[in-house]
Amino acid sequence: VSSVVFFIAAIGVIGGAVGVVVLRNPFYSVLALVVHLLSLAVLFLLLRSEFVAAVQVVVYAGAVMVLYVFVVAYVGGEGETIGARLRGGLAGGGPIASGLRLGGALVGGALLVELLIALLGTGLKAIEGHGAGYRPGPHAYGTPAYIGNLLLTRFLLVFEVASFLLLVAAVGGVVLARRRGGIAEAPDEDLRPLDVRRPLLTGTMAEAVGVAPVGADGAAGERTGGGQGW
Amino acid sequence: VSIAWYLAVSAIVFALGAVGVMTRRNPLVVLLCLELMLNGANLALIAFARMWGNGDGQILAIVVMTVAACEVCIGLGMIVAIYRRRLPIDVDELRELQG
Repeated sequence: VSSVVFFIAAIGVIGGAVGVVVLRNPFYSVLALVVHLLSLAVLFLLLRSEFVAAVQVVVYAGAVMVLYVFVVAYVGGEGETIGARLRGGLAGGGPIASGLRLGGALVGGALLVELLIALLGTGLKAIEGHGAGYRPGPHAYGTPAYIGNLLLTRFLLVFEVASFLLLVAAVGGVVLARRRGGIAEAPDEDLRPLDVRRPLLTGTMAEAVGVAPVGADGAAGERTGGGQGW
Repeated sequence: VSIAWYLAVSAIVFALGAVGVMTRRNPLVVLLCLELMLNGANLALIAFARMWGNGDGQILAIVVMTVAACEVCIGLGMIVAIYRRRLPIDVDELRELQG
């Protein structure tokens, strides 16, 4: 049974990876990466790494992918074609671009061959085996208790450094993505009917309800001034 | 299924991620392909940890996940900043530092 599960999960892993690389729309690439990560979590489970598989699903496929989806939706799904449009469609299928793509694929194939030789051609006899012995139990290999014990004893320094790295990255992300006041940005909010200036006494709804139409201009300025915070 | 099969899958995923990093032009997809490469490395780490019956590889895999999360945070923040400045979201166009 485990070999059947392995091959299904391996097909999911490799298919998801191919989808990430090949699909044109970045949104579909993110979805393919979610498939890839879930299949990879199944492989981790087969390797008896329960805690890492759970972290993979919760942190990666849950949190990080949600972040990606938000940014793709914010930036726009057609990021690939923006540069091509700016250069007049030259980048789409020019000979240089396709040559570079072919070169990249060739280098990737060479890398794959080299990795396979390095990983599988080693003298290690144990890679033909099924791994070390495993005895189930509450503190067995790969359980949260096992990982937590290692993290808080042997790898305490690594644990602390990783937490500090996360803090630095969080602060850096906030600083990078912050809305700066100094940059002249076009206010891209849509106009409401009250913002459009109309001549006096032309029977606007604002006059009917007693709002002075001369104040429409000032109200619009006040609105854009107040709409900066988020 | 022997450990060698897992190593083969990890090598394939790593090479696919490398191809994506080299060929795609959207920095979002480049980041996704970087994740692929990190995941290939993670699979190899966990396979070797299983081979030795030792938890060190799993700890290193968790640390790699942490680093990947930090990298995603910074990378996506940079992409959002690039988008705010109305620059093209394309790694071929963004080469001012290249001279």
